Amino acid sequence: MSITQLPLLQQLVLVLAAIVLFTSFVLLAQARLVSAIHAFAWQGGLAAAVTSVVAAAGHTPHLYFSALLTLLLKALLIPWMLHRLVHRLELDRHVDLLRRPALVVMAAVALVIFSYWLVLPMVQQELTFTRNIVAISLAVVLIGLLMMVFRQQAVVQVLGFMSMENGLFLAAVSATGGMPLVVELGVAFDVLVAMVLFGVFFFQIRANIDTLDVDRLNRLTETGGEEP
Amino acid sequence: MSALLLTVLLPLAGALVLALLRSLPLAGWINVAVSALSFAASAWLAWSVAAAGEIAGLGFRVDAFNVYLVVLTAFVGLTTSIFSRPYMRHVCKTGLTTERGMRVYHAMYQAFMFTMLLALTTDNLGVLWVAVEGATLATVLLVSLYRTPEAVEAAWKYFILCGVGIALALFGTVLTYFAAQHALADPAAGLTWSILYRHAGGLEPAVMSLAFVFLLVGYGTKVGLVPMHQWLPDAHSEGPTPMSAVLSGLLLNVALYAVVRLKMLVDGSLAGTASPHLAGYLLMGFGMVSFLVAGLFLHRQRDIKRMFSYSSIEHMGLMTFAFGMGGPLATFGALLHMLVHSLTKSAIFVTVGHAAHIAGTQRIDHIRGLIRTQPVVGWSLLLGVAAIAGFPPFGVFTSEFLLLTATMQSQPWLTVALLSGLAVAFAGLFRHLHPMVYGPAPEGQLPVRANLLPVVVHLGLVLWLGLSIPPFLVAWLDRATQLITGAHLL
Amino acid sequence: MDYLLIASTWGLALLQALLFAALAPLLVGWVRKVKAWLQNRRGAPLLQPYRDLYKLLGKEVRVAHTASVLFRAAPYVVFIATWLAASAVPLVAVALPTAAIADIIVVVGLLALARFFLALAGMDVGTAFGGMGASREMLVSALAEPAMLMAVFTLAMTAHSTNLASVVDAQLAGGLVLRPSYLFALGALILVALAETGRIPVDNPTTHLELTMIHEAMILEYSGRHLALMEWAAQIKLLLYGVLIANIFLPWGIAGSLAPADLALGLAAVVLKLLALGAALALAETVLAKMRLFRAPAFLNLALLLALLGLLGHVILEVGA
Repeated sequence: MSITQLPLLQQLVLVLAAIVLFTSFVLLAQARLVSAIHAFAWQGGLAAAVTSVVAAAGHTPHLYFSALLTLLLKALLIPWMLHRLVHRLELDRHVDLLRRPALVVMAAVALVIFSYWLVLPMVQQELTFTRNIVAISLAVVLIGLLMMVFRQQAVVQVLGFMSMENGLFLAAVSATGGMPLVVELGVAFDVLVAMVLFGVFFFQIRANIDTLDVDRLNRLTETGGEEP
Repeated sequence: MSALLLTVLLPLAGALVLALLRSLPLAGWINVAVSALSFAASAWLAWSVAAAGEIAGLGFRVDAFNVYLVVLTAFVGLTTSIFSRPYMRHVCKTGLTTERGMRVYHAMYQAFMFTMLLALTTDNLGVLWVAVEGATLATVLLVSLYRTPEAVEAAWKYFILCGVGIALALFGTVLTYFAAQHALADPAAGLTWSILYRHAGGLEPAVMSLAFVFLLVGYGTKVGLVPMHQWLPDAHSEGPTPMSAVLSGLLLNVALYAVVRLKMLVDGSLAGTASPHLAGYLLMGFGMVSFLVAGLFLHRQRDIKRMFSYSSIEHMGLMTFAFGMGGPLATFGALLHMLVHSLTKSAIFVTVGHAAHIAGTQRIDHIRGLIRTQPVVGWSLLLGVAAIAGFPPFGVFTSEFLLLTATMQSQPWLTVALLSGLAVAFAGLFRHLHPMVYGPAPEGQLPVRANLLPVVVHLGLVLWLGLSIPPFLVAWLDRATQLITGAHLL
Repeated sequence: MDYLLIASTWGLALLQALLFAALAPLLVGWVRKVKAWLQNRRGAPLLQPYRDLYKLLGKEVRVAHTASVLFRAAPYVVFIATWLAASAVPLVAVALPTAAIADIIVVVGLLALARFFLALAGMDVGTAFGGMGASREMLVSALAEPAMLMAVFTLAMTAHSTNLASVVDAQLAGGLVLRPSYLFALGALILVALAETGRIPVDNPTTHLELTMIHEAMILEYSGRHLALMEWAAQIKLLLYGVLIANIFLPWGIAGSLAPADLALGLAAVVLKLLALGAALALAETVLAKMRLFRAPAFLNLALLLALLGLLGHVILEVGA
């Protein structure tokens, strides 16, 4: 069955999911901090859009609530909190250059192919129209993980973590048609608390090492303890 | 039912009260009071479960497996809160932390207890995830309580590594839900563990294997399995001593509990396929590697708390290995080991806190002559290490003996690895311990106000369990074994 | 064999090719006009590029004494190769005989041939600016061609052919289908078009500062009719990319048969699309600034990434959807 046989709304879901994947690439390679936060906000907004179109196309109205929750939390509240933190930390014009952007982006493309291969046996027998998006959501999760590994600035690592959560939300929507409401609310609450704690941590780290480059946090080593 | 609700919700109420309370001395006492009430409620719950078999309702489910973990958690929470009350007041007086920090500490302590009890008693895999993540969030601020560069680094590493691990566990949970959609008549119940367990045979094996890999990597990060263990030595050594005690003694158990519950599902799902023991082999692999690597790393440590955190990794690896092997003997041994390890490790950390206080530092080469300066601390440390290293007549010897017997029965060649690992760890522990306890005491080292009641109680319990396990406990553990493996031991 | 039919279709094909060459300066005039309006000027008249070409054709040709035969021949080769590539692209109608050679790879190859001779001509006289322009052009095209081919393969995977006419037909046959792979391929092609035709943000076509030139630097030594042919070839290249983007991604309106009504509709449709694209180009050129040369690889890597994502999107999302 090819894409031409799907109704228009379902095609729109696929297009929006593809753009979500593109925003995770943009997040991965974006050097300017404020632009990275905007890219994350777009990713959240597009994930909410995917959810609402899935709700419309699949006639599952409870997903509208999840979409609204994601929009409010991931596209509005968390980017606003990050903006405020960046402003208070005076990092408005901070540029965190990726050392080898071409290699990292290629690794990300390899991760997309890997996640497609991983979920292929799982979704081949599936009949829902969102089954192809499971690979995309796993790719978003893994690219978020890649981002946390390769970027050294604390705020950007937090963006990677939040992007992983976006991918997980998308995975829940695409694979299972949304988790039960209790779980969704619990996960959203956890993410919000995590964001608040991250904010506290930025100030603690900066108070200690005068920078948010977490590579400088290296006093605890494996040879068993702090330097005297 | 009310026992269950009381047990779980008391710490939550306590956390809210402590968050609003401003008076520090009162906060310490309220902490102890809430923990005591919670322990009483959990004992009542255990008695109800012993009478009724299991209690379920409102999304909770308490059976023989998790009830004893609930009682253990509440008990260790209580004894540690008794220890922490004067200890943290002293810490506050010496200026290591502020009044506001103390408020955060007490509120987060009870919030942590709440999330652990919620994780242990819930029947919903999604709520389990939320609770384990909540436990991480509650303790993250506490690890960095002292605001030193090392503490902040340890807390950041803890936050990031555990956050990533937990996110992968969420993906595994989503995959489990996905598998459940096709196997169950009511797809909305796809996250309820008891329903999933009943229909485990209908869950698609390919999906469940993939889900289990993600879940093992995710929750295994919180158990401290190598190679996801990097956060553990830092987080357990940089936080305040009561925090190290509960993190080592309780949170690792909760994460392992989650892994075992999920393994039960996966075993049911893979039962008819070509590789029915996949989950078991994965657990055995990770467990054995953690056990051996941690034993080796033990020797290189220079910080006393880091050394004991590696000992925790080693024991968690041993337990994971045992649960992976399966079979009634190994499972019984692992359950007993969870119990005695928890008690012993928290006692050790409390004693280590005292030792560090006496010597003024956590570095092993600067701690000397404890038995001369303050014999009670020296003897406690000596006995504690003897207990954790597996000396008879302590309970750890019993459980390790059971595990070795089980390994000899099912995987004889791995007994060699286990024995050598135990020997290496024993050598490492005592090599570092001997000068600390018996070395020449430095000039001017004075005894401190000791609060070793929890240590005495814990080590006494472990000794009792080593000499003669009470019949009700044996019956409890046997029922839990039957739940997990489907066969009784006795 | 209906010789009249064959003769008329070939005639129409020739007419389309001539129309291509005739319309190219008009597109450039339109872009300049819109840019002027955006800058609050009235701007030069719409037909000014025609007047410029006419003026150049009448002027004397001055050739440096260090130039070789290649220098004199290059303008003709460049113009003919570009025009040939353009004649293969369906402008008004799809079912013309030139559709048989309208393979995208042929078009890319012909454009590469033109670029090759352009670069050689730049280096031929031995000036510093010519060599610099040639090396820069090669840098840009070395990165742009893989992106373009990747985007082309994405389109070909859906249409099961690299023939432009088949691609257009496949798109028309499917009706309104939202394909993620096409969206990404469109993005990639737009970026590649900007790079290949030497527009902002890769190269400024109106600059007089030699150190910032790429395309202009290579034709710096030309005069008279040689310069006219080079300029015209560049204009045809711009029209070619514009028609590619317009007619592949939004093919509705293109004439499916050779009836006069269809042809008129096709002409009107393509003119409208080109007006819109030209205005968009003018807007982009006004809003964006030219990038420094060492950032051009990042720009083209973005194009390659988009094309790759289009390909992956096709395999993951569209096959078996």
